[in-house]
Amino acid sequence: MINKVRPHLSQNELLVFERSSPGKKAYQLPELDVPAVDAAEALGAANVRAEIEGFPEISEVEAIRHFTRLSTWNYAIDYGMYPLGSCTMKYNPRINEVVARTEALAWAHPYQPAALAQGSMAVMAQLEAALAEITGMDAVTLQPAAGAHGELTGILLIRALLEKRGNPRKKILIPDSAHGTNPATAAIAGYAVQNIPSSATGVLDVSALAQIVDKDVAALMVTNPNTLGVFEENIIQAAEILHKKGAMLYMDGANMNALVGIARPGDFGVDVMHLNLHKTFSTPHGGGGPGAGPVAVKKVLEPFLPAPRLKRTGKKWAWDYNRKRSIGRVKAYYGNFGVLVRALAYILAHGGPGLRNATVDAVLNAVYIRKRLEAYYDLPYSQANMHEVVFSDHRQAKLGVHTGDIAKRLIDYGFHPYTVSFPLIVHGALMIEPTETEGKHEIDQFIEAMISIAQEIETDPQLVKTAPHGTRTSRVDEVTAARKPVLRWKPA
Amino acid sequence: MRYLPKSDFERREMLGACGVSQPEELFAHLPEAARLGRPLNLAPGISEYEIVQYFRDRAAENGNGFACFLGAGVYNHYRPVLVDTVVSRGEFLTSYTPYQAEIAQGTLTTIFEFQTMICQLTGMDVANASMYDGSTAVPEAAMMAVRATGKGRVLVARSVHPEYREVLLTYAKNQGMPVEEFGYDPETGTLDLEDLERKMDDFTAAVIVQTPNFFGIADQVKEAARIAHGRGALLVVVFTEAVSLGILEPPAEADIVAGELQSFAISPSYGGPYAGIIATREKYIRQMPGRLVGQSVDSRGNRAFCLTLATREQHIRREKATSNICTNQALIALMATVFMTVYGKQGLRELAEQNLAKAHYLAGKVKPRFSGPFFNEFVVKVGAVEDLNKQLLKKKIIGGLPLGRFYPELADSVLLCATEMTRRADMDVVADTILRAATPTEVTA
Ligand SMILES: Cc1ncc(COP(=O)(O)O)c(C=O)c1O
Repeated sequence: MINKVRPHLSQNELLVFERSSPGKKAYQLPELDVPAVDAAEALGAANVRAEIEGFPEISEVEAIRHFTRLSTWNYAIDYGMYPLGSCTMKYNPRINEVVARTEALAWAHPYQPAALAQGSMAVMAQLEAALAEITGMDAVTLQPAAGAHGELTGILLIRALLEKRGNPRKKILIPDSAHGTNPATAAIAGYAVQNIPSSATGVLDVSALAQIVDKDVAALMVTNPNTLGVFEENIIQAAEILHKKGAMLYMDGANMNALVGIARPGDFGVDVMHLNLHKTFSTPHGGGGPGAGPVAVKKVLEPFLPAPRLKRTGKKWAWDYNRKRSIGRVKAYYGNFGVLVRALAYILAHGGPGLRNATVDAVLNAVYIRKRLEAYYDLPYSQANMHEVVFSDHRQAKLGVHTGDIAKRLIDYGFHPYTVSFPLIVHGALMIEPTETEGKHEIDQFIEAMISIAQEIETDPQLVKTAPHGTRTSRVDEVTAARKPVLRWKPA
Repeated sequence: MRYLPKSDFERREMLGACGVSQPEELFAHLPEAARLGRPLNLAPGISEYEIVQYFRDRAAENGNGFACFLGAGVYNHYRPVLVDTVVSRGEFLTSYTPYQAEIAQGTLTTIFEFQTMICQLTGMDVANASMYDGSTAVPEAAMMAVRATGKGRVLVARSVHPEYREVLLTYAKNQGMPVEEFGYDPETGTLDLEDLERKMDDFTAAVIVQTPNFFGIADQVKEAARIAHGRGALLVVVFTEAVSLGILEPPAEADIVAGELQSFAISPSYGGPYAGIIATREKYIRQMPGRLVGQSVDSRGNRAFCLTLATREQHIRREKATSNICTNQALIALMATVFMTVYGKQGLRELAEQNLAKAHYLAGKVKPRFSGPFFNEFVVKVGAVEDLNKQLLKKKIIGGLPLGRFYPELADSVLLCATEMTRRADMDVVADTILRAATPTEVTA
């Protein structure tokens, strides 16, 4: 029974290049208040380009219709639940968009004198302090641009500390349930990756860990709660094992939405971690970015943080470039400031108690979904889950229907799919993360859709295997796209 | 909390369905020692109006109403209204990475258009869906060149943005990728090609240059390409001022272009978020970092787009991926796409011409330090840099960037930028102040 959506007209739209016609304009520049300059004379004829072949030429009204029509081909949080596991697709408060556009913040140039940037710096300082309190860590850098960038920063910090202690070591340990950015990051930081198998219950196997950690291990990168949505119950012991052998504990904080106000990584042995402000702190994903990936560290790692650092001198904020042990810059300027503004607005709106309430609701939603779907979908790991729940397609696969098919059928019911086929330790994973910003009504509709699909698979598996049926675009041939890549438009 | 959509009654119902009476029980499985036994030490939540007020107060602590002559990688260009109109649509703003192609054609189509426009602008065959920014695109391009050539060393011009070079060093340090710098000509401000020739060797994977370079000068890309290619290295061309591509010859001799699109309707925002790009030749596609959108068809035969060539990426290849990048700058790239659509073929040219005219008007009054051809910024020797900028601040003008921090040999100089937003009257004040501050031999009009 599909009751969340009904079909409606959707406009076709060509590519902007196909809509162009010579001489059309969507702009008007002011009259020049200085004499015009001959480009060939000023730059040298050889430096001046011919016209930009194929570049758009359309009118203003056509431009707005173009992008508006295209936009309606997207699903979005504003349309409904977006239960992508590991992605924390929560409501993006609109006030955050407004304040990020406050004129003297949005137009602040990164090189304007510190005396004229005190407000921007105060915003950053306040966010650093709030994130330190939330994570239980001692210092925070806001420079990294996203989660993976934070991971790289964190691993470079570990390398710098170990180097100073005499040996950067060779390996990073990464559980097999980890996100792909973790091993990719370790490799870029110059480390070998050793994958470690999860225990039968899907968590860190500490006795195995104790065997593996030796003088070559620089760190363990662990996601907590892990990608099954399960809290690593032995995290404190794991930290002890690592620390005893001079190794560090890195935490991928992508799942902090399960912990804010409840537990702090700094209190359970973590040395360094990143946060994804575009997950936990509600800054919009925007179809793939931007994000921000602040890194929080314990005191021993503070001297190595990327330069410059904010510092207070008297009553003024200043940038401290004189950081001899710093790993260097990971990005020009100071970070994705506009994203930082939105995250701080989110924290201010919730306040301490509100942040905790949000965590409770996020976990409640995921536990509720689990309870109500357990009878229909296989649950490969039975530990208590936190903010997300991972099922497998074990039962449905016997009828030839796989997680990817179920995901596509969900679209017909008016929902964005869950995360498909991740984590890798679950064969045919359905990874569901509702977040706290879904109400009971939306969640119940989602559950009913999932149950209805489970029943369809019994009676009409083909219907599910060929889904989606109600979308303007049906299943896309991804194989041909990769075999014969067409990555740009060309005139016919 | 106003963002939480449940009533207490619904919350109790749901807890009941979970067999739980108190919310705390949901966390009972966490080890006691790991739990925070107190409330977070953060103030209680505040209303929407108070949030607006908080940020207005912070904004008031910044400089307000100053004319700004700073460029140096971040430019004050007008942002057409359509840009925020489009990116404020929830369908673009609140959607995820377009993995589910059937319900993400809006984002996928605009990225395909973006990739196409970047190719048209740069003269490259393919462009990716964005990098974090120009500064991180540079090490990504260097790593790409290392993979493509099987060599290991990188030569970077000192006239590449200093902070981009710092980022390159951070990445390179741990990869056995030696980075060496080569100089600029103190007369022209263009590449010191002899220094480059001298430092080239057969182990060099990439030569990295910027145009317009950090001093605003259209640099010698063709000559750099000849030298790089002569020893089997790739040429990486960096740009920070994308508007220049409206008028300057595209870097067609490059093998990889690594650029920053902040100039395309992306507000300066104290340093980010911006959008970087990597564009390259067809033969290097499989070495590219980042997401790519490709054209295909759906099962009904209609044109459709999807993410493609993902076997380069971390979620498939893990430690063997071409990069660890996952989240990129999609919405910011969309800003640039709308900007390019609004200005279009003629508009970008006209915009570039206005920038050229403004900067040359100012330069006509204060002699640029270098003789190379410049676009919308240039270096001026002014003597006492800080004094000059202090005087300008009193006149509500933020002067040029003092170069001493990055180039000790240019401690007496500033980098001045003028865009279409710069007013003639302000330029007159700047020129006047510089001329008055300087001794007659230093600056001649
Ligand atoms: C568990 C986990 N780790 C790391 C990342 C990478 O973060 P980002 O996409 O911000 O680089 C993600 C998000 O995609 C994730 O889910």
